[in-house]
Amino acid sequence: METLLQQTVNGLVVGSVYALIALGYTMVYGILGLINFAHGDVLMVGALVALESIRLIQLYAPELGPIPTLLGGLAVAVVVCMILGYTIERTAYRRLRNAPRLAPLITAIGVSFLLQTLAMIVWGRNYHTFPQLVSTTPLEPVAGVFITPVQIAILVVSATLMIGLVLLVNKTRLGRAMRATAENHRVASLMGVDTNKIIAATFIIGSGLAAVAGVMYSSNYGIAHYAMGFMPGLKAFTAAVLGGIGNLAGAMLGGIVLGLVESIGAGYIEDMSFGFLNSSYQDIFAFIILGIVLIFRPTGLLGERVADRA
Amino acid sequence: MTRRALMPALAGVLIVGSASALADTVVKIGFAGPLTGPISHVGKDEQFGAQLALEDANAKGVVLGGQKVKFELMPEDDQADPRTATTVAQRLVDAGVKGVIGHVTSGAAIPASRIYEQAGIPAITPSSTSPKLTRQGYKTTYRVIANDMQQGSAMAKFATGVLKAQRIAVIDDRTAYGQGLADALVDSLKQLGIKPVGREFTNDKATDFAAILTKLKAAKPDAIFYGGMDAQGAPLLKQTKQLGMSARFLGGDGVCTAEMIKIAGTAMSSEVYCTQAGIPMDKMPSGKAFNERFAKRFNTPVQLYAPYSYDATNALIEAMKLANSADPAKYLPQLQKVGFKGVTGHIAFDANGDSREGGVALYQFNAGKWEARP
Repeated sequence: METLLQQTVNGLVVGSVYALIALGYTMVYGILGLINFAHGDVLMVGALVALESIRLIQLYAPELGPIPTLLGGLAVAVVVCMILGYTIERTAYRRLRNAPRLAPLITAIGVSFLLQTLAMIVWGRNYHTFPQLVSTTPLEPVAGVFITPVQIAILVVSATLMIGLVLLVNKTRLGRAMRATAENHRVASLMGVDTNKIIAATFIIGSGLAAVAGVMYSSNYGIAHYAMGFMPGLKAFTAAVLGGIGNLAGAMLGGIVLGLVESIGAGYIEDMSFGFLNSSYQDIFAFIILGIVLIFRPTGLLGERVADRA
Repeated sequence: MTRRALMPALAGVLIVGSASALADTVVKIGFAGPLTGPISHVGKDEQFGAQLALEDANAKGVVLGGQKVKFELMPEDDQADPRTATTVAQRLVDAGVKGVIGHVTSGAAIPASRIYEQAGIPAITPSSTSPKLTRQGYKTTYRVIANDMQQGSAMAKFATGVLKAQRIAVIDDRTAYGQGLADALVDSLKQLGIKPVGREFTNDKATDFAAILTKLKAAKPDAIFYGGMDAQGAPLLKQTKQLGMSARFLGGDGVCTAEMIKIAGTAMSSEVYCTQAGIPMDKMPSGKAFNERFAKRFNTPVQLYAPYSYDATNALIEAMKLANSADPAKYLPQLQKVGFKGVTGHIAFDANGDSREGGVALYQFNAGKWEARP
C-alpha cells in the first residue's frame, strides 16, 4: 500500500510537469494544426537561462534569499523564452502558414536541432549542476510516503498555472479570440480578429509555460543539459495526444495519466506480467496505453471529433 | 586469408631478411593512442611508458637468436577515433612493426584489433577495459589492465565481504557498458551465493528514477549498485535520498568521476563507493620508484596509465626472449607463458588475453573527493 501511494505521488509530480509542457503542444496544435517539435527545446533554453541568471544573481546579489533568487532566475527565463517563442513563430512558421502541412512540421524539427546545437555551443556538452534553491530533503513521511518541498511546489505551481490558463482562454477577450482563431482563422480574421497577433500570443504563452516547466524540472533533478528537452518534450507530446490534441483539459489529463501510468507501470509491470516483462519496458508500457486509447478513442481521451482541416 | 593481410606478412619477411645482415637488429614496436585531442595527455603518457620500457631493454641489451637487438618505438596518433584507429593500425602493420602497444581507448582498440589479428601481430592494450575487446576470439589481442568484468567481481566481493551487504539491488542503463558491468556483478554475487533483491533498468537518457527506486525500496536493500554513467548515477543517488532510502550506493568507473561529485552535491556521503580498473600509483608494488624515474626522463610526472604501458611493453619483450625471436609468429604463443613482476603487479595472461590479476581499485567518497580504499 505504501509503495502504491508513493508511486502515485511520483506519478503525479512527473505527470504535472508533462501536463504543463503538453499545454504548449496542444495550444499550438489547436490553433495552427502544427506540432511544434521545438517546444521541448524551449524548455531546455528556459532551464539553462534560469541557471545562468541564478549564477549571476548569486554573484552580484548574494544577500538575496534562495526563493527570491529562484524567482529572479525564473522571471528572466520566462521572458527570454517568450521572446524566443515569438521569434520562432515569426521567422520559422509564419512564412509557412499556407504551405502544405509537412513543411512546417519539418521546419519544427529543424528549429529543434538548431536550438539544441546553439545551446551546445553556448553551454557546452557537460551536465550542469542546477542549484536546488527549494529544499529537496524529504519532509516527515505521511503514511510512509516521502515528498520533498520542491515536489510540492511543482504540484502547486502546475495546478495554479493550468487553472490560470483555463480562465484566460475561457473568460478573457484574448481567450475568446484564441478560440475563434482555433475554430477557423479565416473567418476569425473577417470578424476583426488579428489572427497573426493571436497566434503570436499563443506561442508566447506556451513558451512561458515551457520555461516554468524547465525550471521546475531542473530544480527537481538538480541538472541541466543541452539535450534535456528531448525526453520531456516527447513525453509531453504523447500526453497531449493521449488526452486529445488541441484540447486544453485533455492535455492536462493526458499528462497526469501518462505520469501515473509510467510510474505505476514501472513499479508493477514485473508482477503484472508474471516476471516476463521488467522495468526496461517502462516506456513501452506508456505507449501501449496510448495505443489502446487511440484504438477506442482515435481523438484521445477528451478529444472531440472534428472534421479534418484541409 | 585476404590479400590485404598477405601483403604486410610479405613485407615483414623482407625487412627481417635484410636487417639480419647488420650488427644490431632493429625491432620496431608500434604505439597507437590519442596524441592529439581532449585526451591526448593520456595517450602521450602511455607512449612515454612504452618508450621507457624499450630504453631500459636497450640499455640492458637483449639478444634474440644470437643477434643483439635494438628496440625502436613507432608512435601513431589514433585520435581515440574508431576510423582513424584502423588507418593507423594498417600503417603500423605496413611499417613492419613486431608488436603493438595500444590502443588507449576501447572504441579504438576494438576495430583496430581485427587488423592486427589478420596480420598476426600481437597488440597489448594498457588501458582499454571493454570486455568485448578480448571476447572476439582473437589470438593477438592482450591487455594488462582489469576489464569491466573484473570490476564487477571486485565490487561484489567488497560489498559482501567488507560492507557485509546481503540485500543488494542492481540497476543498469541497458548500454553495453552498464549492462556488462551489472551482469558481471550479478554473476559474481551468484557465485558468492547471493541473489540480488531487485533488478531494475533505466536508460542512458533518463533523469527520473523515482518509480524504479520506489519499487526497490519495498525490497529493503542495504546497497544499490548502479551500472552506468555519472550523468544518471548522480540524479539517481539524489532521488534515493528524496525517497528516504538509506541504502549504500555502489558503482563502477562510470560514476567514479569528478562529475559525479559535482552533480550529486550534498547527496554524496561516505556511503558511496565505486571501482576503477587499474590501481593508483601509490598502491603499485614499485609505483613510487617508477614515477621518479619517469619524471626524471620525461620532465613530467605519470598522468595515469604509463605504468601499465610500461608493463605491456615488457610483456612483449619477455615473450620475445622466451621465443628467442622477434618474429610475431614465433613469439605470439609465448605471450601465454609470460609471467613476471611488473610495476603494477604480477603480469600474466589468461587464455582470452586478459590480465590474470587485473588490479581493481576501490574508492570511497570522503571529504569532497574519491579516496582509494586499502
